[in-house]
Amino acid sequence: MITTENLTKKFGDITAVDHLNLEVREGEVFGFLGPNGAGKTTTVRMLSCLIGPTSGRALVNGFTVGKEDKQIRRSVGILTETPGMYDNLSAEHNLNIYAHLYEVEYPKVQVEKYLRMLGLWDRRQDEAGTFSKGMKQKLAICRALLHEPRLLFLDEPTAALDPESARLVRDFIAELRQQGCTIFLCTHNLDEADRLCDRIGVFKSRLLVVDSPTNLRRQLFGRKVVFHLATGNDGLVQQVQALPFVQEVKLVENKLVITLDDPEEHNPDILNLLVGAGARVQFVGELRTSLEDVYLHLVKQ
Amino acid sequence: MDKIITIVRKEWAEVFKNKMVLFSVIFMPLLFAALPLIILFSTGGGGDMAGDIPQQIAVMCDPGMSSSECFQVYIVSQFLVLFMLVPLIIPVNIASYSIVGEKTTRSLEPLLATPITTAELLIAKNLAAVIPAVAATLVGFLIFAIGAGFLSGSSLVTAALLDPMWLLAVLLVGPLLAVLSVNFAIMVSSRVNDPRVAEQLSVVVIVPILGLFFGQVSGLLIFNNTLVLIMALVLVVLDAIMIQVAIRLFQRETILTRWK
Repeated sequence: MITTENLTKKFGDITAVDHLNLEVREGEVFGFLGPNGAGKTTTVRMLSCLIGPTSGRALVNGFTVGKEDKQIRRSVGILTETPGMYDNLSAEHNLNIYAHLYEVEYPKVQVEKYLRMLGLWDRRQDEAGTFSKGMKQKLAICRALLHEPRLLFLDEPTAALDPESARLVRDFIAELRQQGCTIFLCTHNLDEADRLCDRIGVFKSRLLVVDSPTNLRRQLFGRKVVFHLATGNDGLVQQVQALPFVQEVKLVENKLVITLDDPEEHNPDILNLLVGAGARVQFVGELRTSLEDVYLHLVKQ
Repeated sequence: MDKIITIVRKEWAEVFKNKMVLFSVIFMPLLFAALPLIILFSTGGGGDMAGDIPQQIAVMCDPGMSSSECFQVYIVSQFLVLFMLVPLIIPVNIASYSIVGEKTTRSLEPLLATPITTAELLIAKNLAAVIPAVAATLVGFLIFAIGAGFLSGSSLVTAALLDPMWLLAVLLVGPLLAVLSVNFAIMVSSRVNDPRVAEQLSVVVIVPILGLFFGQVSGLLIFNNTLVLIMALVLVVLDAIMIQVAIRLFQRETILTRWK
């Protein structure tokens, strides 16, 4: 759906996007993470043909950025950072405008479909300016979907939304994924990215890493298993550390935190060793490294 | 064409919800129609004026007119120049807000993300501002023409005031001035970040017409068919240049990345 080769954007002396090489696959939710000013919005703007690249090449839906911009604009939907609705026009009027601009075949049908889908049908005659932030965001999502795009760019879709509205938007993104829509999601919300994205790219002017959240956790931090003991001691730590498949062991308040490659394979061996050494094992669980840890680790590097 | 019509309708729906803009579209042509009619009414019915009338006034009159009729034509004609302010001022109100307004409401980015071309967008913004301005000018002039028939008291005066020259000025020069004014306002609007600055800068385009008004009042300029045709020709050239410049200056990237 998206392929970029050394895509670069400079504003004067500042390089906002530096030789970006990226591939987004059909039907996936791709999370594009990075700190403020990292160049995420610039990347989205280049890929949706709002601004041109300084150098490099990008293919979106099979069309070349800079050469087939009109075709790209027709085939992608974009949710910008701010909804940007016409506040003194009704919700329905706002969508009708965009249905015509996107050359939608049956504008009224599509407008009704998405207003109903996002629960705004009853408020269709109300001016967009009277809507809450969450409702405006939903209206902007309707706008981005009116022409049934194959690829959707979402730039901070839940920023500045209350938890309830944010959840509604997230649920809708998950629903879109189920329907096979490819989504390029820029977000600061790492929990959101963790829940929604098939793969994430961590970006800070250049792409630092791309993989699934689970793989990134494993690659960077390994898998950690916690054995809750009635009482722990250094002797147990030394015995566990001696096992060949154990990468690291820490004792934290009667909890043994053990880093392993393959917990499913090795947990029984560790359990046998601990029981044999007289330890009372109360509970075993996997310590889930947060995507935040992964992100901060990468960005700080 | 569908996209152009869509944007024109959108602009009108937005703009005419603003009562001040609606007021200026309705009030200005009424005012500019009423002023010459009041003058026409108040200067009508006099006898022949004593003494010769100055040459600059005499050239505007039919040989069969009395000197007071001639003076009446002269005075009212001064105000007819103001009709050309209508197609300048009304679109400035609309057009100066057209791009900068989209910037401030952040609606420009989703708009530019659609398959609309820059030319389509600017044509639509042009039409949205020019059509009401030209319509308002025509309505104002029509009111004046009907009123003049009733109030002048002399068929010679009425004929002089509804001379083809004025029709040419209103029907040809007016729309050309509107196009000039709109493109200037759109150029300014796409380069600034504040609607107030856009409106203030855009009003500069009125200055040449005020110059014409004062030129005529002071006797330095006499409006005649030749002058009106020259004005129309100059405006055609200026409009063509202005449209090209407006399209070139409307750089999506600069507008999107530099606004605050």
